[in-house]
Amino acid sequence: MEGYIHSVETFGAVDGPGLRYVVFFQGCPLRCLYCHNPDSWKMAEGEKKTDTELLSDILEYKSFIKRGGVTFSGGEPLAQPTFLLSLIRKCKKHGLHTAIDTAGSIPLEISRSIISEADMLLLDIKTLDEALYPELTGQTIHNNLETLDFCEEIGKPVWIRHVLVPGYTLVEERMKKLAAYLKKYSCIQKVELLPFHKLGEYKWEQLGHPYKLLDVPVPTEEEMALAKKIFEVE
Amino acid sequence: MEFKQGIWQGEIDVRDFILNNYTEYTGDESFLEGATERTTALWDELCERLKVERERGGVYDIDEKTISTVSSHKPGFIDEALEQIVGVQTDEPLKRAIMPFGGIRLVYNSLEAYGKKMDPDVATIFKYRKTHNDGVFDAYTDEMKKARHTGIITGLPDAYGRGRIIGDYRRVALYGVDYLIEQKEIAKKKINPVIMDSPHIRLREEISEQIRSLKELKVMAESYGYDISRPATNVKEAIQWVYFAYLGAVKEQNGAAMSLGRVSTFLDCYAEKDLAEGTFTESEIQEFVDHFIMKLRIVRFLRTPAYDELFSGDPTWITEAIGGMASDGKSLVTKMSYRFLHTLTNLGPAPEPNLTVLWSEQLPEAFKKFCAKISINTSSIQYENDDLMREKFGDDYGIACCVSAMKIGKQMQFFGARANLAKALLYAINDGKDERYFEQVGPKVGALTGEYLDYDEVMEKFDGICDWLAELYINTLNIIHYMHDKYCYEKLEMALHDEQIVRTSACGMAGLSVVADSLSAIKYAKVKPIRNEQGIAVDFEIEGDYPKYGNNDSRADDIAVAIVENFMKKLSGHTTYRGSKPTMSILTITSNVVYGKKTGSTPDGRKAGEPFAPGANPMHGRDSKGCIASMKSVAKLPYDYSEDGISYTFSIIPAALGKTDPEKVENLVSLLDGYFGDTGHHINVNVINKEVLLDAMDHPEKYPQLTIRVSGYAVNFIKLTREQQMDVINRTFHTRF
Repeated sequence: MEGYIHSVETFGAVDGPGLRYVVFFQGCPLRCLYCHNPDSWKMAEGEKKTDTELLSDILEYKSFIKRGGVTFSGGEPLAQPTFLLSLIRKCKKHGLHTAIDTAGSIPLEISRSIISEADMLLLDIKTLDEALYPELTGQTIHNNLETLDFCEEIGKPVWIRHVLVPGYTLVEERMKKLAAYLKKYSCIQKVELLPFHKLGEYKWEQLGHPYKLLDVPVPTEEEMALAKKIFEVE
Repeated sequence: MEFKQGIWQGEIDVRDFILNNYTEYTGDESFLEGATERTTALWDELCERLKVERERGGVYDIDEKTISTVSSHKPGFIDEALEQIVGVQTDEPLKRAIMPFGGIRLVYNSLEAYGKKMDPDVATIFKYRKTHNDGVFDAYTDEMKKARHTGIITGLPDAYGRGRIIGDYRRVALYGVDYLIEQKEIAKKKINPVIMDSPHIRLREEISEQIRSLKELKVMAESYGYDISRPATNVKEAIQWVYFAYLGAVKEQNGAAMSLGRVSTFLDCYAEKDLAEGTFTESEIQEFVDHFIMKLRIVRFLRTPAYDELFSGDPTWITEAIGGMASDGKSLVTKMSYRFLHTLTNLGPAPEPNLTVLWSEQLPEAFKKFCAKISINTSSIQYENDDLMREKFGDDYGIACCVSAMKIGKQMQFFGARANLAKALLYAINDGKDERYFEQVGPKVGALTGEYLDYDEVMEKFDGICDWLAELYINTLNIIHYMHDKYCYEKLEMALHDEQIVRTSACGMAGLSVVADSLSAIKYAKVKPIRNEQGIAVDFEIEGDYPKYGNNDSRADDIAVAIVENFMKKLSGHTTYRGSKPTMSILTITSNVVYGKKTGSTPDGRKAGEPFAPGANPMHGRDSKGCIASMKSVAKLPYDYSEDGISYTFSIIPAALGKTDPEKVENLVSLLDGYFGDTGHHINVNVINKEVLLDAMDHPEKYPQLTIRVSGYAVNFIKLTREQQMDVINRTFHTRF
């Protein structure tokens, strides 16, 4: 079976527990304003790889990632569902821990069976604000929250990731609301707050996409500390 | 409480003493004590002096009148009232001594560089007394001089002390000097062959010299008020005795690398006894260690700016090997292993001593984590694969310089710097002509035909050039070491060795990744040489992409492996001085910058003058799959063909190593377990922000202790040349987050 890969990172230390091999899938239905990998948006581009090819490369790194595992990131890994499912099954057969790093933008009809088989989810919640969500991502929030509910239902461990963008998500009221919302879920093991950064800005330029957050500053340390506090309290 | 008996009492066998008496420690670091008031006060005083040293352009002072020997100088102190471990190289800390036996010219040049004049008395002596450097140049052939001039062979120890010899300094503490002298007398008597030929004559003379230096060592210790003719009786004495022995060595030799060996677990035998008997407290023992390490941090040699360009940052390579496993399956980790590493916390980070952890997957988990934590905080530790080395060197080896393992007291090496393989490849493409001087240096292997480079044709010529280079290289080393033994013999260091020892001729190669990528480009892309009017390729055009070394891609990595194996095989075929065994390292220290400067454009796309990657590192910016792929490529290089060590430098920003501190520690441990499990040999670990380095370039005064690891040794970042600082910053920083 073949799929489209953007790139791989053999040393993933910040995408799930432990050291991880990270597969960045090509293609994503979202168009997040702050995306730092806009070159991974287009479907059916990038490098064509078979699942067995990719697996044998992953297995080369088994001694490094045995305490960690494999993270499927992107792009949106769930946008290539059969390819992803096959990879997860193959990795698990070799005793490797698997995580899907997703924005939950794929309908559950498609993603349900795959999520069930993965060991955990890194679920990106962009915002709870139904009006802001499309502005930030170009899509509706629906699938995102349903994905979280499904994880709760089947007890799938989730690490929430939430990017703090000044003026968009780094807004006290919104953060409080989200923190309170997430509190209800027992499947959530961790909430990772990621400060907005501009390291991907040059890619927008290269691709000729207008970058709308040019004038948005990166969060200050104080702002991040405040945000952390809000999520800790809740 | 007495030490447990063993073979060590009947003959010199420090290893046997350790194995009989050491106490493995598997707990965590909670027992450690902080710096005492005395330590802090002493360190502050020293820091003031170090500041003055920096302000004076890197040299505090020079004693140009006294030729340095083991006992040449009056005692010197930082602050006698505070110092628990005493002794400095001259009569004042940081004041540098002259050691002219390696080469008087180097002394002339260094004095001139630092605004001093040669002392007339010293000058007179060396009008009549020949040095190692004089001897070498009397014997060099024209071809050797040419190869040295163009830089196809560089960094040769032909003008200064060769170093890379580790005396077994522990013997002085365990046995006392009188017993060592006795044993040497006995050994000398035994050398009485039927035919008194030159090897036997040499050995008899050498042992006489060794005995003389041991006697001098007693005199030096006596000047500090210590009688080291007898064994040490407690941990304070043991540290002091070991240090005196080491101090004697660095008073006598300005060797390029002067390793300490493997003393910590040995010293712990005394510490455990003292703790049990209530002789000293943990805090007192840590204080002795801190003061000892402080002394090691201020070992200084007088060197020229040209030398610094090659080996920047005033390095001394006081390498101490910590940890590792005993052959019986227990680890050699003791509380003293922790105490040594803890000095990086008590005194702050520092490049020296060169603390080297011998890693094994079997090491106690708590110790692994402790090392990782110290690494993350200080970037001052290097790691080497104990499982790999123990097989070849047993469980009592040390590391000379950065990566060269040797059995302590039983093995020494003839240091041979390195051959520039990237230049050799250019000689292959240019029919033996140098690409910068346009003159014939290598043999005429035949001009290449065709518009594009043909892989098979280039390989055939390259093979011919390597044949020539290997022979010339070994012959050059033979001259150097013959003369070094003759004119600059390491009396004291060799007095702390057995009489029958293993010798190696430690060759090295530079430019591995450049050659591997170049050959890969020729094989998998199309490479067109741009030739000047003399027909010399001065640049290359590459059409298409090619697999690069450092991505765990066997197409490129196999080429790198083959280069290593082939060159080592060629070296092995030659007759060496004193029956030494040829070995090879893949290590450049900081000289990758200078080697690059001396090498024209290469077929991999590297432009003339650009630095090579350090050691066995892939070229920066060419690894696209992340650092583990890069490590896996390096780990494929065969240690069997590069027994003198394979150096790899790894730099990462803290945020890319993990989100929380415990995660960072855990991830670094996984990384090390994985790399060494893949039979990687050595790794330097830097956990540091690029921004910090950039800031330190502009504001060195803010970062007096900023330490980073470069290709096998740690260096004070602000002491690097600007060019080298830029090279460090441009080098692959793993930043994904």
